[in-house]
Amino acid sequence: MILQQLADGLVLGSIIALGAIGLTLTYAILRFANFAHGEFLTFGAYLALLALGQFQALSTTTFGPLSFGWPLLASLAVAILATGGLALLLDRLLFAKLGRAGVAIAVVMGSFGAALALRNLLFFAFGGEPQYYSRAIQIALPLLPRSVLGGVRVTPDQLAVLGITVLLVIAMHLFLSRATLGRAMRAVAHNPQLATVTGIDVAAVVRWTWIIGAGLAAVAGVFAGLTVQIRPTMGLDLLLPLFAAVILGGIGSPLGAVLGGLIVGVAESLAVPLVGAEYRAAVAFLLLILILLVRPTGLFGERG
Amino acid sequence: MMELLAGPLAYLVFFLVIALYYALITLGLNLQWGFTGLFNVGVAGFVLVGAYASAILTTPDDPGRIGGFGLPVPVGMVGAMLSAGLFALLVGIPALRLRHDYLAITTFGIAVTLQLVALNLQVLTGGPFGMNFVPRPLYDVLGGQNGWNLAYLLFVAALVLLVWWGLARLTTSPWGRVLRAIREDEAAAAAIGKHAFRFRLEAFVLGSMVMGLAGAVYAHFIGFIAPEDFLPILTFQVWAMLIVGGAGDHRGAIAGAVLVWAIWTGSGMLLDLFVPPEGKAQAAALQVAGIGVALCLVLLFRPTGLLGRRD
Repeated sequence: MILQQLADGLVLGSIIALGAIGLTLTYAILRFANFAHGEFLTFGAYLALLALGQFQALSTTTFGPLSFGWPLLASLAVAILATGGLALLLDRLLFAKLGRAGVAIAVVMGSFGAALALRNLLFFAFGGEPQYYSRAIQIALPLLPRSVLGGVRVTPDQLAVLGITVLLVIAMHLFLSRATLGRAMRAVAHNPQLATVTGIDVAAVVRWTWIIGAGLAAVAGVFAGLTVQIRPTMGLDLLLPLFAAVILGGIGSPLGAVLGGLIVGVAESLAVPLVGAEYRAAVAFLLLILILLVRPTGLFGERG
Repeated sequence: MMELLAGPLAYLVFFLVIALYYALITLGLNLQWGFTGLFNVGVAGFVLVGAYASAILTTPDDPGRIGGFGLPVPVGMVGAMLSAGLFALLVGIPALRLRHDYLAITTFGIAVTLQLVALNLQVLTGGPFGMNFVPRPLYDVLGGQNGWNLAYLLFVAALVLLVWWGLARLTTSPWGRVLRAIREDEAAAAAIGKHAFRFRLEAFVLGSMVMGLAGAVYAHFIGFIAPEDFLPILTFQVWAMLIVGGAGDHRGAIAGAVLVWAIWTGSGMLLDLFVPPEGKAQAAALQVAGIGVALCLVLLFRPTGLLGRRD
């Protein structure tokens, strides 16, 4: 049993991790807690569903045992672009203006209003019923036999989610440590004034932060839709785990966010047999309070 | 004549009681945000705690769950304030030492968690079916529904006046001046020896206690509570009320609450009239989306509130 919970926790954790990377980047570089980040996940998931309706006719073959093929990957690309566009639009219309006004908390409040509006517009457009990318039923493959601590069974889709997450995290790490833009992002996160003085185009960095953060959120949303279901409140339900992951990892640390995401995912999954599935979300909250009491800067954070 | 007036008048009384319930919550939030700059996004959670605490204390014994203890209603209301204050301490102590957005995240978290507890801890809260038979004191003495509603309106109005008077005295006292000093310039306040954390925590707990009291007021008026009475939308409604009324002004908070509640029920009635039943859920979503957009617009164009601010 314990290994199975661990595996389920890692799948959930990788979804939280992908969402948390974007949240920690915007938190560090734009200096506010974006409560609309959960809705980026939801938006991405629905946008992919919409695109899938168009692309599905082009090809019906799936990748081996997976439930999806090229059409979903193409839809994922559309979702990433559209969610990046949405983030830029929100920044232009709302966040940048509120940020300039100088009241730090006004931006957080604005993100709350935006989240409320987005979530309910999605409900209005798509209805409240859960939806799926594929109706096909997947058979879980036994990775380990029952004799080994209860064994592990995972679906091919869950394996794909884990694999793509690992690739994306490695790519993100290389980008932030090697690429000029990635290093500029870290510089702005660390000290915006100094970054400006050294000739970094802060406005461009802010733009790319939104695009990358929202793009990864869209991937997380599609993965959540693939392994669970697509609902208007899916992003809201993930928001608390996302914040717990970001703070656990230390604000501004993408690798910390990944590790934090995996810890939160596994903790939620392990807690289910102890407290029941209905208290799942409370686990993230207790973790959050614990971190704030013990080590508010998180595992890899520099600032309080 | 009485029958003619009973319909609309009875509705007006009902409307005003609920509006004043919101006004109480808004007054609590005003102390936190308007005077201290604390961003509480878990308002619904503190109201929920108050409602449930008072209901558990005052309902008659129920074999299906722990309690009701059948205690007098005033005891329930005091219990409501104390338990809401306790939960405020729980999130305030870890979060208020840190940057302000940590409070937003933790209050968001506690509202989510309390909603889960109300929904699932059936032995204490009655679960999704909620709690019935929350006592409505003197119901029969005051002539049942209409007479009692009117009496309750007077009681809530007196309560709002009392809380307003108390908060007005507090915020103009030296304690209130320190709150504003901290809000405007924490370093300067610290330099004259005012420890920001303690004052923030006091304001946060006190504001949350007022929200808890409001929850009890609601429970004893309706006589029935369920988890869905305290969804996150309640938090947003109260924020809209405070922002429309203008943060930092007690009178504005009360006026904002009544005005926004009037707009909310008015638009709800229009939706009822013009939208077919199968489109209700989606029309309601559009109404909530409207609140979100309105909140953003006010922040962008009238950051001091629609009714203006006297500071």
